[in-house]
Amino acid sequence: MTTDQDFYAAPGDTSQGKVFTVTGQDWDSITQSIGESAEERVVVNMGPQHPSTHGVLRLILELEGETVTEARCGIGYLHTGIEKNMEYRSWVQGVTFCTRMDYLSPFYNEMTYVLGVERLLDIEDDIPEKAQVMRVLLMELNRMSSHLVAIATGGMEIGALTVMTIGFRERELVLDLFELITGLRMNHAFIRPGGVAQDLPPGALDEIRDFIALMKKRLPEYAALCNANPIFKGRLEGVGHLDLAGCLALGLTGPVLRSTGYAWDLRKTQPYSGYEDYDFEVQTWDTCDSYGRFRIRLNEMWESLKIVEQCADRLAGLEGAPVMVGDKKIAWPSQLAIGSDGMGNSLDHIKHIMGESMEALIHHFKLVTEGFRVPAGQAYVPIESPRGELGAHVVSDGGTRPFRAHFRDPSFTNLQATSVMSEGGMVADVIVAIASIDPVMGGVDR
Amino acid sequence: MTDDKSDKNESARPAEERNLEAAKDATGTGSGVGQPAPEQSPENVPAPVGEVRAVGVRHGMFGTSGTGDTSGYGGLVKATVFPAPSQKPYGGWFDEVAGALEARLEATDLTSAIESVVIHRGEITFHVRREDLPFVAQMLRDDEALRFELCSGVSGVHYPDDTGRELHAVYHFTSMTHNRRIRVEVSAPDSDPHVPSLVSIYPTLDWHERETFDMFGMIFDGHPALTRVLMPDDWPGHPQRKDYPLGGIPVEYKGGSIPPPDQRRSYN
Repeated sequence: MTTDQDFYAAPGDTSQGKVFTVTGQDWDSITQSIGESAEERVVVNMGPQHPSTHGVLRLILELEGETVTEARCGIGYLHTGIEKNMEYRSWVQGVTFCTRMDYLSPFYNEMTYVLGVERLLDIEDDIPEKAQVMRVLLMELNRMSSHLVAIATGGMEIGALTVMTIGFRERELVLDLFELITGLRMNHAFIRPGGVAQDLPPGALDEIRDFIALMKKRLPEYAALCNANPIFKGRLEGVGHLDLAGCLALGLTGPVLRSTGYAWDLRKTQPYSGYEDYDFEVQTWDTCDSYGRFRIRLNEMWESLKIVEQCADRLAGLEGAPVMVGDKKIAWPSQLAIGSDGMGNSLDHIKHIMGESMEALIHHFKLVTEGFRVPAGQAYVPIESPRGELGAHVVSDGGTRPFRAHFRDPSFTNLQATSVMSEGGMVADVIVAIASIDPVMGGVDR
Repeated sequence: MTDDKSDKNESARPAEERNLEAAKDATGTGSGVGQPAPEQSPENVPAPVGEVRAVGVRHGMFGTSGTGDTSGYGGLVKATVFPAPSQKPYGGWFDEVAGALEARLEATDLTSAIESVVIHRGEITFHVRREDLPFVAQMLRDDEALRFELCSGVSGVHYPDDTGRELHAVYHFTSMTHNRRIRVEVSAPDSDPHVPSLVSIYPTLDWHERETFDMFGMIFDGHPALTRVLMPDDWPGHPQRKDYPLGGIPVEYKGGSIPPPDQRRSYN
């Protein structure tokens, strides 16, 4: 490596024409230099570090005036090799990795992977009811926090800063609940093969009920602020148009598909984790545009609130019920408990394995270090994440580690619609169209 | 290799009911007889109807060899066997889908397009000959009895020990009309990693095929622009392959080189 060269900002010379670097300084110098060749096409490279590209997304836009003639995405800036890493860790540890992919909906990443593992283990029917209800509770809370960020950042990108501040205000309340229940605001690794990591902490149900009551007051604020706001509607209506045929050809699911009026929601059509027992409606809109997707997200938060309420009622009657499968060859051997020095392994369990039972110690050691074996085969159990169909293709060769885990992330698939949604429109509408897809780059790049 | 042995048993095996005897003779013991479990190793259980796909061998139990292993399990040899093909009737709507697909294939003299059908844990997998994949996909999308409108993408799997079919491409299809899901799997050898592209039939596969090419080096013939999508354009190798290490690769960017984590300087 030499020091006389700056690898990260070397001057660019291309065969395609002159390159200008715009980093927010005075535009006059650039318009003057472009002025001579204004007839020619301009290719704008937007991102990957840009406040309005919804993450580390690079957009390559070909412009004629302010009209976009071609739009292409450059992705991969957040690729971290999570799928490869999972092949080198036990089945349980895999949850810790995949929760980090789509960082706005961590519980969904965990859930689809865990459902695949449970199907291969053939223990789908043995998951305790309380674990199922807790999973639904966490997922629906997560749907709200994810939709809040979608609306908040989407608003920020078109200059509606109040939408952003109130969106993040409410999201913080959801994250507080996550912290109370799982110990972490993000990257929980809480949903494990066989159930969930821990029981609800004392007082959690009261906090959830307070949250529901508060959200019932706060959610109407978004409707009052945006639904009929002429500027908001002017920016969103008719932008990012994609009809049903386009959605299916490009594999788009989630709010984008439902904004065409087609009520496809895996929670209803192919229920998992007991979703068939909850009372909620699939939200659709029929305008095929960004405004419809916004309204769907808003309405889905109400539906999620309904489901969370039902979960809280059920959990009230399930106090003390198990949250992990009864099979000791799969269930994590120790439980966490609060000791004099804070949260740690339950002292009763330590006493049992260190002082009472050699076999229990061996069992604990084997399960924690080596892990359990999963019969050879493959499974794909998709779920309805806030962004659409999220599925994990889980392959086992009969060993203690995933042979292959591939995630079909809805952000990755849906982002392919960028070109169709924005070509022929204005540059400013590209931002709105992408915000209506709501891609999370951690999930796109994995 | 143990799986060779079991394969021979199978080819000689005349009928399903003699499986139990064959397995008994092969292993010299009767252990495991009477508890058919298709995902166990072929030494222990009778081979089910059809071909058993052994795709690898696992040695030992704890990842150690030589004197490091004092457990006595170091000599263990186990074949990696995937669920065996199923026989008709498959049950439920599986028969409708398989029947409709076969009827269309027979009408076009492509009767051998489907190599086998595996039903495992309630999911159906069609193993399709790779050259017939576009035709099968077109049928799946357009036939009224099939109507698989949505393709959820392709996922590569690398089986280095599955000689002659090392690379697998796995497609998941959803029929929204009939509310069904199926899986279609094709394989290609490492020496000829070509699979026909389905982008013209399912445009959603554009980035998915690029990702599978990026990660496994599978070449999707007919793809409009098969370039890397996640890794840098000039990245050597295909990271998700089993022969590609985890870590240990220096990161190069614009002429600079950053050593792999285990070789960087540390401050202890």
